[in-house]
Amino acid sequence: MAKPTSVSEPRDPGDAATTTRTASAQDIDLPPALVKQGPKARWLDDRAGIAGLGKAALRYVFPNHWSFLIGEIALWSFVVLLITGVFLTLWFKPSMAEVEYNGSYQLMRGMMMSQAFESTINISMDIRGGLLLRQMHHWAALLFVAAAFVHAARVFFTGAFRKPREIQWILGVALLFLATMGGFSGYSLPDDLLSGTGLRFADGLMRSIPLVGTWVEFFVFNGEFPGDLIVSRLYMVHILLIPALILALVAAHVGLVSYYHHTQYPGPGRTENNVVGEPAFPVYIAKAGGLFFLTWGTLALFGALITINPVWTYGPYNPAQVTAGSQPDWYMGWVEGAVRIMPGWESHWGHTTWSWNIFIPGVILLGAFFTLMALWPWIEQWYTGDTQPHNLLERPQDNPTRTAFGVAIITFMLLLQFGGANDLIATHFKLSLNAISWFLRFAIFVVPVIAFWVTKRICLGRQKHDQERLLHGSPSGDMHRNAEGGYYEEHVPISQEEAYALTSLDQVPALDRGTDTDARGVQRDGQQVSGARARASHWWSDSNLPTPTREELEEAHTHGEVETSTEPELEGSEKH
Amino acid sequence: MNDNTTNQLQQRPVDDPGLDEVPSWVSTNPHAAKHAEGRVVVAFAVSALSALASVVAYFAIPLGVQIEIGSFHSSLHNVVFGTTMGLAIFLIGVGAVTWGRNLMDDDEVTQERHAPSSSEEDRTEALVTLSEGVRASGVARRRFLLGSLGGALGLFALPLVVTLAGMGPWPTGRKRAQTIERTIFAEATPQKPIRLVNDITWKPIKASDVEIGQLVNAQPENLQNYHDVEYQQQKAKSSIILVRMDPASINIPASRKDWQVSGILCYSKICTHVGCPITLWEQQTHHLLCPCHQSTFDLGNSGRVVFGPAARSLPQLKIGVDTQGYLIATQDFTVPVGPSFFERDSRNDFKEGDA
Repeated sequence: MAKPTSVSEPRDPGDAATTTRTASAQDIDLPPALVKQGPKARWLDDRAGIAGLGKAALRYVFPNHWSFLIGEIALWSFVVLLITGVFLTLWFKPSMAEVEYNGSYQLMRGMMMSQAFESTINISMDIRGGLLLRQMHHWAALLFVAAAFVHAARVFFTGAFRKPREIQWILGVALLFLATMGGFSGYSLPDDLLSGTGLRFADGLMRSIPLVGTWVEFFVFNGEFPGDLIVSRLYMVHILLIPALILALVAAHVGLVSYYHHTQYPGPGRTENNVVGEPAFPVYIAKAGGLFFLTWGTLALFGALITINPVWTYGPYNPAQVTAGSQPDWYMGWVEGAVRIMPGWESHWGHTTWSWNIFIPGVILLGAFFTLMALWPWIEQWYTGDTQPHNLLERPQDNPTRTAFGVAIITFMLLLQFGGANDLIATHFKLSLNAISWFLRFAIFVVPVIAFWVTKRICLGRQKHDQERLLHGSPSGDMHRNAEGGYYEEHVPISQEEAYALTSLDQVPALDRGTDTDARGVQRDGQQVSGARARASHWWSDSNLPTPTREELEEAHTHGEVETSTEPELEGSEKH
Repeated sequence: MNDNTTNQLQQRPVDDPGLDEVPSWVSTNPHAAKHAEGRVVVAFAVSALSALASVVAYFAIPLGVQIEIGSFHSSLHNVVFGTTMGLAIFLIGVGAVTWGRNLMDDDEVTQERHAPSSSEEDRTEALVTLSEGVRASGVARRRFLLGSLGGALGLFALPLVVTLAGMGPWPTGRKRAQTIERTIFAEATPQKPIRLVNDITWKPIKASDVEIGQLVNAQPENLQNYHDVEYQQQKAKSSIILVRMDPASINIPASRKDWQVSGILCYSKICTHVGCPITLWEQQTHHLLCPCHQSTFDLGNSGRVVFGPAARSLPQLKIGVDTQGYLIATQDFTVPVGPSFFERDSRNDFKEGDA
């Protein structure tokens, strides 16, 4: 085997795992099992050059933190979707041709239904394991989108999208969009009453687009709703178009992670220029591979034990019927909520109709959300003027304005999510449906502002807490009473590890008007800063507490030592 | 070099203490290691047994057997097959993660990062190669090449795009008049009226059978002449509701005096918002609530919107009664039913204040 990768630098010269070995494969003590595989490995290496790739890949370092596993859960859910999806295609018939049901489910005998729905019932009732795979598939879809959302939030709140990872972020936003579209197209396939209602909604949404809405409707549905092609068209979208795009983007997304190396949180030994963690082989593979099985196993247990989308209780689609409590899958809930609480605004200009009541919450809002998300790295950069590459992650409190903005957006979406369930909230909590809608019509504007302010205060409070730990140390738990009867608690300095982690991040000073350089004289983005941008930049960063400098820390520590070790302050407890 | 380095050259407020090498609990404690190993082996062993049990369950358990435990109600095959399969998979994860966390050397390793940006030399070299290629291609000297290529590339995809124009019929004015602006009530005339029938039994509805406060879901009798796609398309527009209200308690505008039969009014069942069938009838208030987005219509006041995101009144259908006392329609709705669309002429819908 070749010499271990040169980029791996042993910190401790005695560390056997990373010391440099001699180049010849004969000198290495290989386990007998590996020696036996030698000829095969040589065969492969002669053709694919695996040793060269392998030596880097096997020692590839992945930082350790639970929050880095969320994206992996999304990835593994997607793999489960592919596996279970292939099974479902063996039986599902994407046809809207009307047939009479004659299967084993007594309650539906003799009913007219589409072949799509009939085959879904057959999968659920007559095919061994069919129901399990259908339910696993649906649960995996929900988990996929959920994990993707949480992963996006993690990346957002830790600033992982900053330079050089903006392309990564864009790929991620595209994946999130594709995940929701994949979910919606799959939700519509069984052609049951609920999914048909969802399609009716999609039809209304398309029609609301100014100028071309009717054309979109006729092209998508092959004429008037519901037409006879929408299921087979969505089937193509669901099993070919979207998975292919997701696969391609996932490959790029994961490929870029390994290209840049994963980001890491500040900590001892971690800098902007290194990556610290466990090597891919064997530890990371065991953990990440294990997570794949944990995810898959959990989804199988969900499919076995928790019924989801029991289409046999809804019945086939019938444009004259609907069930109360009709709702989309959770990730469309906030759009649904926006559509529900929107006032009935419609313009009738001449012989045209402009359906703002559907177009704004349904099309504009969804488009604005994904656009804002995709542009976020540049929006933030406009505020901060930060052009440095970042490999160390921020904690949410390290960038209070961003965190506050993110929380405000999430609050906005959660309120809309409540709006999407306003009927259930009304019936479960015995509230007036109209009152809930009226409340939300105002709350979606007011509450996010409050959430913004509260979050920013909490973040700044956390910053103050960190600064106190740095300057004054950690409360020791030892209470002292002084001569005057006052009490104070002795503080002990925090560890160097913690102090280093708390001071690892570079703070970016706000932009000033006219200058295009930062405080250290480094050119930023070569643009003249306008007055508006300078004000915005100060608004963004001015409330941040400055990281104490080396001098300030030393000053505080000598002062602190005098204070606590020689003579307790007579003024009493107010000192700390 | 890179921005990265300038960043690090500055002295940090606190010196990097370096990686803290804390040996794992298991590596210093043989008993704990033994215990962890045991757990891994048990997880893998139970996984294997579960996989076998799952295969047995797949074949052995008959379909159609249900189990009920309290409120839990499911197919036995699904529960046993799925649980054993799930355990078989889940426990591999448990074993692998336990192994990785507890039994492998967990020393952290440091690797240097390489900034994605290329060196200045590489950049220059790439530019030189690029400009050499541009020169070799002759683009700079032969400008027509590029222009004609641009033209061809700009247009070559057009034939493909054009094929999409056949994805559906074009909603021209004439097409719309035959489809989304028309329902099958248009087949009715005063000479050849269409009976309104119950939407489940298909029995004609007698005016005298509808009681005050009652709501009946109905369809035009001629819907039965349609099949497959057309049936669904027509049903999505022709679904109606009949309600009987005390004429004294409702507001009937002068223009619609003869649209009703002794307090029996007929409305489209399709919501003017996004087209859900509206079903929730509040008898006392005469309000009809759409279960999808909670638009609420006042059937005692020409179907006007009283709450929710819908913008237009529910279209009302003029109905009458034939000689045998059955409810009939003699004409189509006066406005298109269902959700709005751009070309819809919405000036004739009923608005508050219309007489």
